[in-house]
Amino acid sequence: MLKVNDLEVSYGAIKALKGITFEVKSGEIVTLIGANGAGKSTTLRTISGLLKAKRGQIFYKGDEITNREPNEIVAMGIVQIPEGRRTFPDLTVRENLELGAWTIKSRKVINDKLEGVYELFPRLKERRGQLAGTLSGGEQQMLAVGRALMAEANLVLLDEPSMGLAPVLVDEIFEVIERINKEGRTILLVEQNAEMALQIANYAYVLEVGNIVFEGEAKTVAQDPKIKAAYLGA
Amino acid sequence: MKITKLFTNNRKLVLFSVIFYVVVDVLHLTGVLNDYWIQITNVALINIILAVSLNLINGFAGQFSIGHMGFAAVGAYTAGTLTTIIWKLGVANSITKYLLFAVALILAGVAAAIVGYLIGLPTLRLRGDYLAIVTLAFGEIIRVIINATGYVGGPRGLLGIPKLSNFTIIFFVTLLSVIIMRNIVFSTIGRALKSIREDEVASELVGVDITRYKVLAFTIGSFFAGIAGALLCHLLQIAHPTQFGFIGSINVLVMVYIGGAGSISGSIVAAVGLTFLSEFLRLGIDNLNKIAPFPVGPEWRMVVYAVLLVAVMLYRTAGIMGGREFGILVPEEEGKNATGSQA
Amino acid sequence: MSGIFNFQQVINSIQLGSIYALIAIGYTLVYGIVKLVNFAHGDFYMLGAYVAYFTAMFEISRKDQPNVIIILLISMSTGALVAFLSNRIAYRPLRYKPRLSALITAIGVSLFLEYTSSAMPFIGPSFRPFPDVIQTKQFHIGGAVLTNYQIINVAIAVTLMVVLTYIIKYTRVGMAMRASSQDKDALKLMGVNLEKIIDFTFIIGGSLAGAAGLLAGITYPRINPYMGIIPGLKAFIAAVLGGIGNVTGAMLGAFIIGFAETFGYAINSVIGEGIAYAILIIVLIFLPQGLLGKKTGEKV
Repeated sequence: MLKVNDLEVSYGAIKALKGITFEVKSGEIVTLIGANGAGKSTTLRTISGLLKAKRGQIFYKGDEITNREPNEIVAMGIVQIPEGRRTFPDLTVRENLELGAWTIKSRKVINDKLEGVYELFPRLKERRGQLAGTLSGGEQQMLAVGRALMAEANLVLLDEPSMGLAPVLVDEIFEVIERINKEGRTILLVEQNAEMALQIANYAYVLEVGNIVFEGEAKTVAQDPKIKAAYLGA
Repeated sequence: MKITKLFTNNRKLVLFSVIFYVVVDVLHLTGVLNDYWIQITNVALINIILAVSLNLINGFAGQFSIGHMGFAAVGAYTAGTLTTIIWKLGVANSITKYLLFAVALILAGVAAAIVGYLIGLPTLRLRGDYLAIVTLAFGEIIRVIINATGYVGGPRGLLGIPKLSNFTIIFFVTLLSVIIMRNIVFSTIGRALKSIREDEVASELVGVDITRYKVLAFTIGSFFAGIAGALLCHLLQIAHPTQFGFIGSINVLVMVYIGGAGSISGSIVAAVGLTFLSEFLRLGIDNLNKIAPFPVGPEWRMVVYAVLLVAVMLYRTAGIMGGREFGILVPEEEGKNATGSQA
Repeated sequence: MSGIFNFQQVINSIQLGSIYALIAIGYTLVYGIVKLVNFAHGDFYMLGAYVAYFTAMFEISRKDQPNVIIILLISMSTGALVAFLSNRIAYRPLRYKPRLSALITAIGVSLFLEYTSSAMPFIGPSFRPFPDVIQTKQFHIGGAVLTNYQIINVAIAVTLMVVLTYIIKYTRVGMAMRASSQDKDALKLMGVNLEKIIDFTFIIGGSLAGAAGLLAGITYPRINPYMGIIPGLKAFIAAVLGGIGNVTGAMLGAFIIGFAETFGYAINSVIGEGIAYAILIIVLIFLPQGLLGKKTGEKV
């Protein structure tokens, strides 16, 4: 579904991505793991169009989407849940969700989706009139996921969903990720928490300082002694 | 900064300027350049002081002051009031006259500097856009106060100011002002200002006293603006609140940004260029009016100004000089590679 | 000093405040979304007044009774159009350059609008008396004189403010506008075309300013090309007072300034002229986030 080819991205003089190539097959959960500063967020931001690529191509369902405008990319079905949640603090939960459905025109569809999200996250339904900024970290993460689900998303990009969450909530979030994957969405998951990521993923890539240094089936990657030592705290 | 050292450290600049002065003076005396052109040159020189002093605040210290003429007003009215009062008491000879003028100029600068200091102090923590509005508001407040002060003429202005400014005085005061401000820019103060401009937070962490330098920039800038104002009113023999209002401040602002913020050379070029351009436009419009079937108003001058300003911002944001200096303006101690980018 | 705090002043304050409010909303919306003080905003107001003038004159010359609503729509459209063009031509190209450049450009646009209008032979730099669009009727209430002009003025202003508040609170675009001042990147990730939202913001702000111009035209005797400078500045001060970026704050601030100025003038003209500036300085020194704004420190 998604093919990234030799992608190079720079912040001014600093090369964040030095030419990475990877693929996300339809229906799969693919994870990109790596330490801080490896370039994981940069990758997602570039796919979503927030950053421009210096070189390389990004293909989605066969079409080239490199350097297109962010709103076009969302309209094509690629939705990102950004790092740190990034909910709109002065908008209510409901308004946040409604904004997520920006690309959808039909009021009925939006209402249906809203119901769907409330079903998935009953706590959000309770708090639907509250300002997003007053929610707890875990609830904001739920809101961020719910918001992304409001759009017609075929490919969901997740940027460090576990960050800043208590372990119990991390489990919850990952359950949700698996659930939405089962409902038919392809997932590209970027994570520092390699253990959880490798548990739910089908395929994994390891990113180090702008380069992909390792890849394979998630189970295989999890067993590899070097990876275990570096990322799994073995 | 001793006066003589000031001049010897800047031999090239002083030499060039003196030659220029002599040439212009001779042309004037022999009648090649008539009074009209000298008058424009005088105004241009005063505009140089205004532009360079505003550049110190906006370009080098990175602030955004748009009420600059308010400081000029303070200087003009201070010096003007002083000289008109003393004149009424009757003054004997030339020496006393010019000595008095010198004192008046300095007092004008000091008064303006005090106002600049008082304005600079509370406005420090404001960012660009807010600072701009506040300086504008202060400029307006100064104008309102002057308008309401009958003692200095109120809305009719301060009239009957003795004509003490002439080409020689204006030229050398301008030269001195530019040299002093230039020296400040290339000194430790200038370097501190530059670092504040680039990154305030980082500067603070390195130990630069942001407060002190920002206020210093305001104070010095307003000092010279005050002197410029004093020179101007003694040239035109009148000080009037409308000269120092919003439009006047905008004029100076345009000069700074078209010339390029952070470039003294730019301010000089733009001040001279725009003063003469303004005059040519006025003549052009007058002539156009003689042959055109419909009236062409003097407002078109400002329309050209406005378009020029927007065009420069859109297509050459760094201004004509792009933040760089002419070699001749760089102090000789700095060395050959100092003509690089200032910005 | 008796009679200063009387009903007449209250009426005048409300009327002045309502005009300031319409202008202030535009400033605050634009600042909220692109962090630009649009110096030219006061000139959209001026153009609204002139368009109203010419429309009214045209209708009068055809012996028609000028229709205020039609003129209102024309003024609003003018304000909207000029605002939209200013954004597209002058501000958008500088979107990602230093904010100072945009600010200077805004000054340039403002000067351009003022002087071009002034240079047009059919406008000219001097004051023009605004025609009587409606037959004046006076009502006497509690010792004060209330003209039908003032009622219409406030009625139109309040209606527009209500419509605007509805748009901001209950429409999708309004939501996007509010979100844009909170997190632009996240908004882009929702599939929102930010530039279109910015366009819309300018259009709304400009149309309200244009409406204010018409109201000023029918309520005050004269118009001139420079009439937007000072009211623009005061409306901006109102927006800052209320908390820049906050629409309710802008309206609140505008009425406060309206009252302060009206009562100030009643005491003496220097206070009347200067009180808005004094309020600005006090606010920026002691309460920079404004009455309804949030305190945000500068993030390192």
